[in-house]
Amino acid sequence: MKIDRRSFMKLAGSGAACLTLGQLGVSLTPVRAYAGDLKISGAKEVVTVCPFCSVSCHIIGYVKEGKLVSTEGDPDYPINEGSLCAKGAAMLTMTTSHHRLQKPLYRAPYSDKWEEKSWDWMLDRIARRIKDTRDKDLILKNAKGDTVNRLESMFLLGTSHAGNEECAIAHQAMRGLGVVHMDHQARI
Amino acid sequence: MTNHWIDIKNADSILIMGSNAAEHHPISFKWVLEAKDKGATVMHVDPKFSRTSARSDFHVPLRSGTDIAFLGGMIKYILENDAYFKEYVVEYTNASLIVGKDFGFSDGLFTGYDAKTRSYDKSKWGFEMDENGVPKRDKTLKNPRCVFQLMKKHYSRYGIDAVSSTTGVSAENLLKVYKTYAATGKPDKAGTVMYALGWTQHTVGVQNIRSAGIIQLLLGNIGVAGGGINALRGEPNVQGSTDHALLYHIIPGYMAMPHNGWQTYDDYNKANTPVSRDPMSANWWQNKPKYFTSLLKAWYGDSATQENGFCYELLPKVEKGEDYSYMYLFDRMYRNKIRGGIIIGLNPMNSIPNTNKVRKALDNLDWLVASELHHSETTDNWHRPGVDPKKVKTEVFLLPSAHRLEKEGSVTNSGRWLLWHYQVVPPAFEAKPFGDMFVGFMQRLKALYAKEGGTLPEAVLKLDYPDKYDSDELCARINGRFTRDTKVGDKLYKKGQLVPSFAALQADGSTSSLNWLYTGSFTEEDGNKAKRRDTAQTDMQKAIGLYPNWAWCWPVNRRVLYNRASVDLNGKPYNPAKAVIEWKDGKWVGDVPDGGWPPLATGKGKLPFIMTVHGTGQLYGPGRMDGPFSEHYEPVETPVNSNMFSKQLSSPVYKFMSSDMDKLAKPADPNYPIVLTTYNVTEHWCGGGETRNIPNLLEAEPQLYVEMSPELAQEKGIKNGDGVIVESIRGRVEAIAMVTIRMRPLKVHGRIIHEIGMPFCFGWTTPGTGDSTNRLTSWVGDPNTTIPEFKACCVNIRKADKLTELAT
Ligand code: SF4
Repeated sequence: MKIDRRSFMKLAGSGAACLTLGQLGVSLTPVRAYAGDLKISGAKEVVTVCPFCSVSCHIIGYVKEGKLVSTEGDPDYPINEGSLCAKGAAMLTMTTSHHRLQKPLYRAPYSDKWEEKSWDWMLDRIARRIKDTRDKDLILKNAKGDTVNRLESMFLLGTSHAGNEECAIAHQAMRGLGVVHMDHQARI
Repeated sequence: MTNHWIDIKNADSILIMGSNAAEHHPISFKWVLEAKDKGATVMHVDPKFSRTSARSDFHVPLRSGTDIAFLGGMIKYILENDAYFKEYVVEYTNASLIVGKDFGFSDGLFTGYDAKTRSYDKSKWGFEMDENGVPKRDKTLKNPRCVFQLMKKHYSRYGIDAVSSTTGVSAENLLKVYKTYAATGKPDKAGTVMYALGWTQHTVGVQNIRSAGIIQLLLGNIGVAGGGINALRGEPNVQGSTDHALLYHIIPGYMAMPHNGWQTYDDYNKANTPVSRDPMSANWWQNKPKYFTSLLKAWYGDSATQENGFCYELLPKVEKGEDYSYMYLFDRMYRNKIRGGIIIGLNPMNSIPNTNKVRKALDNLDWLVASELHHSETTDNWHRPGVDPKKVKTEVFLLPSAHRLEKEGSVTNSGRWLLWHYQVVPPAFEAKPFGDMFVGFMQRLKALYAKEGGTLPEAVLKLDYPDKYDSDELCARINGRFTRDTKVGDKLYKKGQLVPSFAALQADGSTSSLNWLYTGSFTEEDGNKAKRRDTAQTDMQKAIGLYPNWAWCWPVNRRVLYNRASVDLNGKPYNPAKAVIEWKDGKWVGDVPDGGWPPLATGKGKLPFIMTVHGTGQLYGPGRMDGPFSEHYEPVETPVNSNMFSKQLSSPVYKFMSSDMDKLAKPADPNYPIVLTTYNVTEHWCGGGETRNIPNLLEAEPQLYVEMSPELAQEKGIKNGDGVIVESIRGRVEAIAMVTIRMRPLKVHGRIIHEIGMPFCFGWTTPGTGDSTNRLTSWVGDPNTTIPEFKACCVNIRKADKLTELAT
């Protein structure tokens, strides 16, 4: 029986109890197959894209009871065909890393510590900071008298980690405000 | 990439230069190996022996910053040995065009140079036109003023001896690479060039790539399967973020940012829409006003009307000729001219050059918004080692950002494939996507402007800005919609329906699109094509692994750019076994062709390089800031004090900064005799801000090291595993010595020059791992892109008495 990795995972993951490895005709060590079966059986498969290099390997996330239990290279994506490098393979640890930032943090001028704040508090204050900066510094005309409507004293840096839709609205927001200092990883 | 990842397998010869693909794009390498299994020769030309070299047929070490000398030698070899693909060169490139009388080149300088402004007057480099305004051609390539002859003369200076002495590559190795690669100049052979930051990060970065472009055009390797110029690109969505232009100098879809010289909508269109009188040239950019107007309609919605120039006046205008990139931004910040800003998903306090300066510059901000997964050297700059937080005024807003697995949306890979990622789990803790942050403060700003007014409030109030972050709906906005009922062909589209292709975009305000390149990605007929997972292919497509039904690719699902150059004048593929397109029974089959015109022999065709004004591949590129041909110049910090090719030591037009912290070592400075190049490792991502927080990755690559040859180690009394200090004129860095034959001493200008290499992924927020390597690198930039010269600077190295940055 010829079977590709994808169908194998489907079979193994479907919990079809009577299938033995012998029937599948692939030689995986029983221990690994058993462990794999246990972790992802009954889990929902969701396709995502590796957040590192621009090969954009596809990864299947296995979700059980709302929790990510395993990640694997997507065997259907014609570019990575199921394989991943060390970074892509570390996806599970990366998502659950205990170093993750948990809450919005605020550092007041001259302070030596972070304070936890709510998103609303942060966004209100950020909007106020941007508005004050823009109202004060927006240059309507340059020295020659040309209309320029630009805000030089505020900038945006980043990011190629953002999705296309995020980049599109980031650009629109910045030009809407008059921002001209805008740059990201594409220039380094 | 002009081609795509899978297409690498179609190559007969692979030149990997300025990249360590096996380590930095690991999965791409399976396609390199597949080509190799089928008989392709894989060559790695790079200062360091790496995992890429190990899997290549051969590795050729060269001195960092001498790629143009190396490639210039190859151009000379191809021309003098008649290894070029004659029909392709004559028909599809600008080899036959006659260059105007003002162009000239002497002793390292092209005509039109102004030493005072350090710039060229590019009008001196134009083509000669006939009475109809069509460029004059000599298809015999004999005219001494045709591009072909001028090119031959220019590169005739790149003889093996001068190239060898400059690059440190032996004559034997040079000829081995030249001969192998030049063999792809046959119609049925293809060679691909894979490059990355090892080429871009030089003061001659653009010309490194131009040199490869010249080679690929001479060999007929553009537009064909297994060919192309393939920028591997680094970052996870750097293709998409570039297309959507998180860059100062362009707006989405590669259109120029308005400047003060273009005061009105009409001024902008007039200045930016190229005109060609050549009936053979498609001159695709003549459609620019349609794309630009559709963008303005997407930005300003109903407020944008023909009468008000589609709100063009509200847009910011940069000052003509001014540079607003990183280098200049941080310099202005250092000089206290910047008040605040936003840094997301980026760690410049670790990953950009002369870090000591940029860290100090950041202290001058009043406010800073950051959005990250983890703390980084940037978010926590205010309490970096040696700084008293009580003296730092910056108000910092640090927002927890969602991981890609925790949000849905699209990204674009290096092969221009638009790919959808679904939300696997909801964001951890209180994290949110960047999109929520932008919508969050923009909605608040709109409310504030509506309530309080302020400076030019209409620029904000008139924006048609989304009121919530919804990636599917934004994909539709990016694709674009009709703003009124419109007929396309015989099909009627209602107001609000999706535009089927960019050919349907209009300059009259009847369509909107946030990015014309993506129009056609989300249609009424097929929905959001980023989500397609269909592997179906015709036999012809299967032969080259085209996968036209998997997701979607810009432009118009064309998988190989300039593919009409892969067929002869009758539309027959030069390489039938690996055909990209073919004219069959009155239509094109295979890939989506670069425009549907019939083959050129019918007399109704158009030249294949549709994005250039004259329709031809540019062997001669008069649009660059530093000359229409590439020319070797030394890196700004160089271990030698002369240039074998001219009196001009370094690029006459490179960009630099002049603050008290922007010091440069003088050429051949005895205090800094060693060349430093920087790179990364598989286990860490760029500045390392994310991957250092992943225990298994940090365990695999735990600490900053410096690779050096046994010969240099012996000279300096350093043993493998010793703590060392690496110093440039700008800073010092601690590292662990890794003494290895992966680095080779090179014979340059008749003497031995040493090169060392260091990763740059470690930083002080991960204690004991080391701190920014970029404290050593210099802030000088390419004149076209202002990309800094990370890849070559001069340093010295010594054994450390004591280590403070590294855990021992
Ligand atoms: S798994 Fe590795 S090669 Fe694939 S996209 Fe991620 S980082 Fe790149």
